[in-house]
Amino acid sequence: MIEFLQIGLGHYLTLAAVLFTIGVFGIFLNRKNVIIILMSIELMLLAVNINLVAFSAYLHDLVGQIFAMFVLTVAAGEAAIGLAILVVYFRNRGTIEVEDINLMKG
Amino acid sequence: MILQGLTFYLFAAIAVGAGVMVVSARNPVHSVLFLILTFFTTAGLFVLIGAEFLAMVLVVVYVGAVAVLFMFVVMMLDINFVEMREGFLQYMPIGVLVGIILLVELLMVLGTASLSPEVMAAGTEPIPDLAQRQNTAALGDVMYTKYIYLFQAAGMILLIAMIGAIVLTHRQRPGVRKQVISKQLARTREEAVELKKVQPGQGI
Repeated sequence: MIEFLQIGLGHYLTLAAVLFTIGVFGIFLNRKNVIIILMSIELMLLAVNINLVAFSAYLHDLVGQIFAMFVLTVAAGEAAIGLAILVVYFRNRGTIEVEDINLMKG
Repeated sequence: MILQGLTFYLFAAIAVGAGVMVVSARNPVHSVLFLILTFFTTAGLFVLIGAEFLAMVLVVVYVGAVAVLFMFVVMMLDINFVEMREGFLQYMPIGVLVGIILLVELLMVLGTASLSPEVMAAGTEPIPDLAQRQNTAALGDVMYTKYIYLFQAAGMILLIAMIGAIVLTHRQRPGVRKQVISKQLARTREEAVELKKVQPGQGI
């Protein structure tokens, strides 16, 4: 029972793996809704951050946390640009369904 | 130690449950709210593991900015979300299949991997003792010295993202009447006022 409560690196990595899988699953599940797909990408980036921070803590190395901060920066920029593109697309086409986004197919 | 373990399991369960609700909620507003819950519980886990600054950044940046941005977009766009959920069940089997395969692969990697002592000893920036240097100060010590160029590059990325978002969404609407101060100031008395002589009892 006590061993069960001993939290190690593996616990955090498993949680990150599960969250990452949920993100991938969300992309497959909501094939039409771009907003949910963007949220799934945020979930996956969060899982990556958990990995980095867990390794940082268990290896006693601060660089992992710094790297997690850069991942966070990129995630924020990605969300802003993605949502801006989404808004512009909705203004032009009146829909955000992924299956209608085929203008560049030629 | 027991309390730490219980806290981890509680937060991990909430995070996973909220994550599942993010991808499966009917209403996108609920999805955003569950995303916020996921971020909050993950911030709690970060505090548990000793990364306080990242936990606070997660709350401020993700919950305060990114999730609110999502909320704005969900509420601003007039979208029929019911129609959008058609095909939800159709994609379910392949999604479950791919998800299970990915999860099994990841867990198999985790199950067999182990850290060698050399890796454990090879840390380049050892975390200082919490009594001597706080997490935030220690992060700053490393980030503003060794990683200063990367830090500035991250700032440039954010600046470009901001400019890009503004350029993309800004638009000049035709037919909107706005105040033009130069025009107002250039008005003279002659073009603004016209005097007419009104005869008594007649009107104009």
